[in-house]
Amino acid sequence: MYIIVVGGGKVGYYLTKSLLEEGHEVLMIEKDPRKCASLIDEIGVNVLQGDGCEAATVAEAGMNRADAVIAVTGDDEDNLVVCQVAKQKFKVPRTIARINNPKNERIFRQLGIDVTVSSTELILSQIKQVIPAQSLFHLLTLRNVGVSFIEMEVPPNSPVLGRPLRELDIPDDCIFPLVIRGEGEAIIPYGDTVLQPGDQVIAVTYEASEGKIRQILYG
Amino acid sequence: MRIVILGCGRVGAQLAKTLVAEGYQVAVIDKNSAAFASLGSDFPGDLVVGTGIDEDVLRRAGIEQAEAFVAVTNGDNTNVMAAQVAREIFGVPQAICRIYDPLREEIYRTLGLETICPTLWGVNRIQEILEQG
Repeated sequence: MYIIVVGGGKVGYYLTKSLLEEGHEVLMIEKDPRKCASLIDEIGVNVLQGDGCEAATVAEAGMNRADAVIAVTGDDEDNLVVCQVAKQKFKVPRTIARINNPKNERIFRQLGIDVTVSSTELILSQIKQVIPAQSLFHLLTLRNVGVSFIEMEVPPNSPVLGRPLRELDIPDDCIFPLVIRGEGEAIIPYGDTVLQPGDQVIAVTYEASEGKIRQILYG
Repeated sequence: MRIVILGCGRVGAQLAKTLVAEGYQVAVIDKNSAAFASLGSDFPGDLVVGTGIDEDVLRRAGIEQAEAFVAVTNGDNTNVMAAQVAREIFGVPQAICRIYDPLREEIYRTLGLETICPTLWGVNRIQEILEQG
């Protein structure tokens, strides 16, 4: 695939390196000439100096043949514009935006961005002590199919305790592919798995069913 | 009629003062409170410090009652995002944004935003002057 990564900070850098190692053709676009110089030294010629929101710059980057554009600058509004320009003007099939303010997830989805990744929410979900009892965290949202990957912690008073998963009335358009127990034991749950307090449940669900899942786990 | 203006630079401040004089209810948002100084100490409108791409800030400025939203910060992307939030999330009837980059302006105009592009106006006007001379 030909992928354009906009934003040469740490996220962009490691993302580009990883994608290159996977064998994709990748171009990184970064505004700051000094950062570009050191990036070129490290990654090689796959760096273009310029503003990823400027249609002229990204045309030069061959955005019209890109399979995906990933916007990972530190500013949500820049990431939004990069993706909108990519989609509207260059018809890039897949646009992915990093968002820093979790509240922007809904806005970005409504404005047509295919996938949003909220670094804040991802980190929050790792900090166990801070997770309040009744929250579900969006790890990833696939806008064009209306599917979310969410993470929830089973509270001590959850109605699911003591009952196998098959008895839980989980909606058909949702599955629990993974449960993390204790200090990192990963369980692939089946019908007779019984959830315990403190389990981190990863669920994949159509957005319409998120409310039902919350009810099942939290009552 | 309530109008929310994002960005209290030259255009934002001048626009705010003009609209208030015409009798509109005006709220001005800027992330730097020092920017409000150019409105004068007797400016009757609402002043909100914050970033205009944040829903909560927009709400504090009364966007839910606004009939128009004008984004004139010095950042094209901020203006574009704020105007879209105003229109798509809050349903403000008129969302106007200034975009300096002509190519970006064309894209967003096609997407249905009301855009103003001082770059193009400037170029056109200068061309006119040169042709007259």
